[in-house]
Amino acid sequence: MANKNVGAVMVVGGGIAGIGAALDLADSGYFVYLVEKSPGIGGTMAQLDKTFPTNDCAMCILSPKLVECGRHLNIELLTLSEVTSVTGSAGDFTVEVLKRARYIDPDKCIACGSCTEKCPRKADSEFDAGMGKRKAAYIKYAQTVPLKYVIDGSQCIYIQKGRCKACEKFCPTGAINFEDKDETLTFHVGSVILAPGFSTFDPKPFDFFGYGRIPDLVTSLEYERLLSANGPCMGHLVRPSDHREPKKIAWIQCVGSRSTNRCNNTYCSSVCCMYALKQALVTSEHLTGGNAELSIFYMDMRSHGKEFERVYETAKQKGVRFVRARPHTILPGRSDLGLSMVYATEQGEQINESFDMAILSVGLEAPPDAQNICKMLGIEQNKFRFVKTSCLDPVKTSREGIYATGVITGPKDIPQAVVESSAAAAQSARSLADVRGTLAKKKQYPPELDVLGQDPRIGVFVCSCGINIAGTVDVKAVTEYAKTLPGVVFAENNLFTCSTDTQKLISQIIRENNLNRVVIAACTPRTHEPMFQDTLKESGLNGYLVEMANIRNQNSWVHQSEPQKATAKAKKQVAMAVAQVAGSRPLANITVEVVPRALVVGGGLAGLVTSLTLADQGFETVLVEKEQKLGGNALHINTTWQGEPVGGFLADLIKKVENHPKISVSKQTSILSATGSVGHFSTSISVNGQSSSVDHGIAVFATGGQESRPEEYLYGQDSRVHTHLEFDALLAGGDAVDKAQSFAFIQCVGSREPQRPYCSRVCCTHTVKGAIAVRKKNPDSSVFVFYRDIRTYGEREDLYTEARNLGVIFVRYSLDSKPQVFVEDGALYIKAMDHVLQMPIQLEVDHLVLAAAIVPRQENQGLVDLYKCGLNADGFLNEAHPKLRPVDMSVEGLFIAGLCHYPKPVEESIAQAQAAASRAAVVLSKKTLMLSGKISKHNRDICMSCLACFRACPYGSPFIDKDGRVSHNEVKCTGCGICAGVCPAKAFQVENYRDDQILAMVDSYTKDLWENAPAR
Amino acid sequence: MSQAVQEANAMEAHTVEAPRPSPENWEPLILAFACHYCAFGAADLAGVMRLSYSPNVSVIRLPCTGKLDHSYILRAFERGVDGVFVAG
Repeated sequence: MANKNVGAVMVVGGGIAGIGAALDLADSGYFVYLVEKSPGIGGTMAQLDKTFPTNDCAMCILSPKLVECGRHLNIELLTLSEVTSVTGSAGDFTVEVLKRARYIDPDKCIACGSCTEKCPRKADSEFDAGMGKRKAAYIKYAQTVPLKYVIDGSQCIYIQKGRCKACEKFCPTGAINFEDKDETLTFHVGSVILAPGFSTFDPKPFDFFGYGRIPDLVTSLEYERLLSANGPCMGHLVRPSDHREPKKIAWIQCVGSRSTNRCNNTYCSSVCCMYALKQALVTSEHLTGGNAELSIFYMDMRSHGKEFERVYETAKQKGVRFVRARPHTILPGRSDLGLSMVYATEQGEQINESFDMAILSVGLEAPPDAQNICKMLGIEQNKFRFVKTSCLDPVKTSREGIYATGVITGPKDIPQAVVESSAAAAQSARSLADVRGTLAKKKQYPPELDVLGQDPRIGVFVCSCGINIAGTVDVKAVTEYAKTLPGVVFAENNLFTCSTDTQKLISQIIRENNLNRVVIAACTPRTHEPMFQDTLKESGLNGYLVEMANIRNQNSWVHQSEPQKATAKAKKQVAMAVAQVAGSRPLANITVEVVPRALVVGGGLAGLVTSLTLADQGFETVLVEKEQKLGGNALHINTTWQGEPVGGFLADLIKKVENHPKISVSKQTSILSATGSVGHFSTSISVNGQSSSVDHGIAVFATGGQESRPEEYLYGQDSRVHTHLEFDALLAGGDAVDKAQSFAFIQCVGSREPQRPYCSRVCCTHTVKGAIAVRKKNPDSSVFVFYRDIRTYGEREDLYTEARNLGVIFVRYSLDSKPQVFVEDGALYIKAMDHVLQMPIQLEVDHLVLAAAIVPRQENQGLVDLYKCGLNADGFLNEAHPKLRPVDMSVEGLFIAGLCHYPKPVEESIAQAQAAASRAAVVLSKKTLMLSGKISKHNRDICMSCLACFRACPYGSPFIDKDGRVSHNEVKCTGCGICAGVCPAKAFQVENYRDDQILAMVDSYTKDLWENAPAR
Repeated sequence: MSQAVQEANAMEAHTVEAPRPSPENWEPLILAFACHYCAFGAADLAGVMRLSYSPNVSVIRLPCTGKLDHSYILRAFERGVDGVFVAG
């Protein structure tokens, strides 16, 4: 190699895709620069109220990731920044970044909000999609990271007109800096990951929608803000015109998607059907009285992801009305209240209907600056301005060393973006494997003093937080009170306890006063506890010997009008923290030696890609396959949807895997038993009847799925009836297609049925691809497709359009009137109702292709039994979280890829397989794992082995040991304490939340009451 | 009603405290147990949003509300709190 690789990566874009890639890389030995254009990370996900299919609060699941990014030693956040040039080549790029002036010094800003409060200038809030206002001095949103205020120079009165400076006058820390200038910074990185996200389609220029003229017609993103608890209505939904609760609401799908006449977005945006379903369900929960009338106007309902079809069914059950129509005219209601829409029913009837409010389900587009970014980076775009990628290497751009993830490579939902972000991290790490760990920082601490057994010597530091706390709470009185508490030997008040100066001071005081416990009365432990733990460690104390009393967020900020009571409460809060910390013990983090080896179960496409991605990073990999041959289902697939041949790619992949020095392939192998946990599993396998054992740090399950055998439409009885894979074989070889006249495809065979209530995701694309191939090969043939909803999501929609242009005829059927297939005089017939003619049709076909459901393999149950992971109701292996942990399993150290997780096409399997390698590398790149010491401790001597904990623990950490009694595997424990809650013998205690500590807190809270209680 | 039942009722009236009307301006003292990951975070957010509520409630943070033990609630009531709020 000519140049030396650099062990740092730049991630461009701080949305969920960028965050995922940054965390994976920073956790596996690389230094990451995370570049974000706006003042804070979080992207579009932060703006969402809920996320489908679970309706989890978006902010609640995103916020921990933001905090993790914000305080990661190996992530440098560059906000208000844009990449302006990238020179050099893969392994050693030089990147120039323009960092815009913030006008507020982030090192001094304590996020008190005084500048915002005093700022007289209002502007539309970008975060609220223009539905609410912000000031010129503002934070993007309450949970933003970094939690530092910013002045918008284009709005600031001082910057524009030279007078005001109200913020400067009131800022308690002197953080305002009007002299701040834009600056250009230069960085050296080994690779670049592009994740700039998307913009939503702007319906304003398209007058027929009436958007912009009709107040109660909003886009889906605006509606998301109206629903959100941190939005302009604080979660109490009202319509914009008269601020009253709407009752009758419509969603209009495919606005700016699947549209050739009005715009050039001919693709499907892939997420709008699901977010409309989600919004409808959330709306029905929001509205009072429960008499909401919710309607979704759609073309095809595309609920094609894991558990998505169930959401669609739930919406139907809950009374959401589904109208298959595209309203052609939208008119304002009387006095601009509400609106009316004109649409045609399938029977051809024209209907004019009024609504209180309507939502345009706007599609996703490449952001406006996508063109410039791609040009600057020198990477190719496709015709929709998305970054061009191949199905066989889904995150690789046309320039070596630059990867792309998220919607910039095409419309997709959050889980798919997160999968790709890990895939991009894997591909980056793969190209920089030789420099892993060279630039990552590691912190060193002085040796720890042994304080176990010493009487508590507690120091209390009461923060004024400028005036944030001191403005309401009498901090001096609280400090004096703290001195009277048992065990307290030192107490003082600081202006800003979190400032770097105060940290040094605390360290000094700890040493001078021989403190062995510390209480910080300030803000919330959720953001600041790690920082103070660090201060203790730097002072030679165990990090677990600090507690925080939250006298800001949970006191001064919420009791501003009652300062005396707030002060009394603050005293109690401090007393409780003192009572708790007095009982705290120094805790050792648990260390687990990592076995530097991966076990990959399944030698199909996903398993092969995972193995190679791991092995190329230098990790030893054992690949086990139950069959004699590697390749799995991919052996039967001709091309990807983009037309790339799979065969050659697969053969090359198998060759690389079989010849890789780091991979040992074991065919005809089954798994017998498994023990252990993250870092150290031990699995015994049987190879051709010979059993042996493999020690491994992690495992990836890629056991695949299979095409089901249909039980209807004469399958297996008539040789002219085929499944997709059987028909692909016919298409690939011989002249069967050329000889025939007429072809038909039937969709959803065995999918979206009561007994198998999920969509198999790939069949619609497979069918239109097959139909196109037939028409191209045999232009005189007739091709019919019988379908329920065509789900050619994303850019695959182009294939659907092409099929129709080629004369393929699509006939819709419903579950209660399926097509009938029968043989008469030796001829094969299909009879069905045509939805356009509204008449029954009957046709004779030479070949009938059934889009048979993709089903999970039976073996999955065996894996679940052995490794204690989970299956969903359909038999697919379950991920730890459907949105943000789509590759991890609920058991730490286990990962999933490919069809065993859910039906998916080649490109998604490859992305997930690469992602699994990235997630695995987070573990495998470490010699030892450090797990929190704040976990549940088991006292086996008083345990009765009643198994209450065994049943209740979500992580499977209690187990039955060789004596037939309960023991505890601390490695699996997360310290949630559910075991402690259910244990009748109280044999489980969570360290530093022990029962005696909590009771001491209760006692301290009730001290006055108890002592002053009248005698009974 | 039989005499035995009447007697039993009368006895119960002696042993179980009848609810008394609360005095004017009386404020209950409330202890909350909140999950670190959700309700405690929500309480933090209430502060960031400058919402307002009465100061007669304080929060004890738990790693999960599944960690809650009967003894915490019983002890709190025994020592005189008027309400326990569990959120998670």
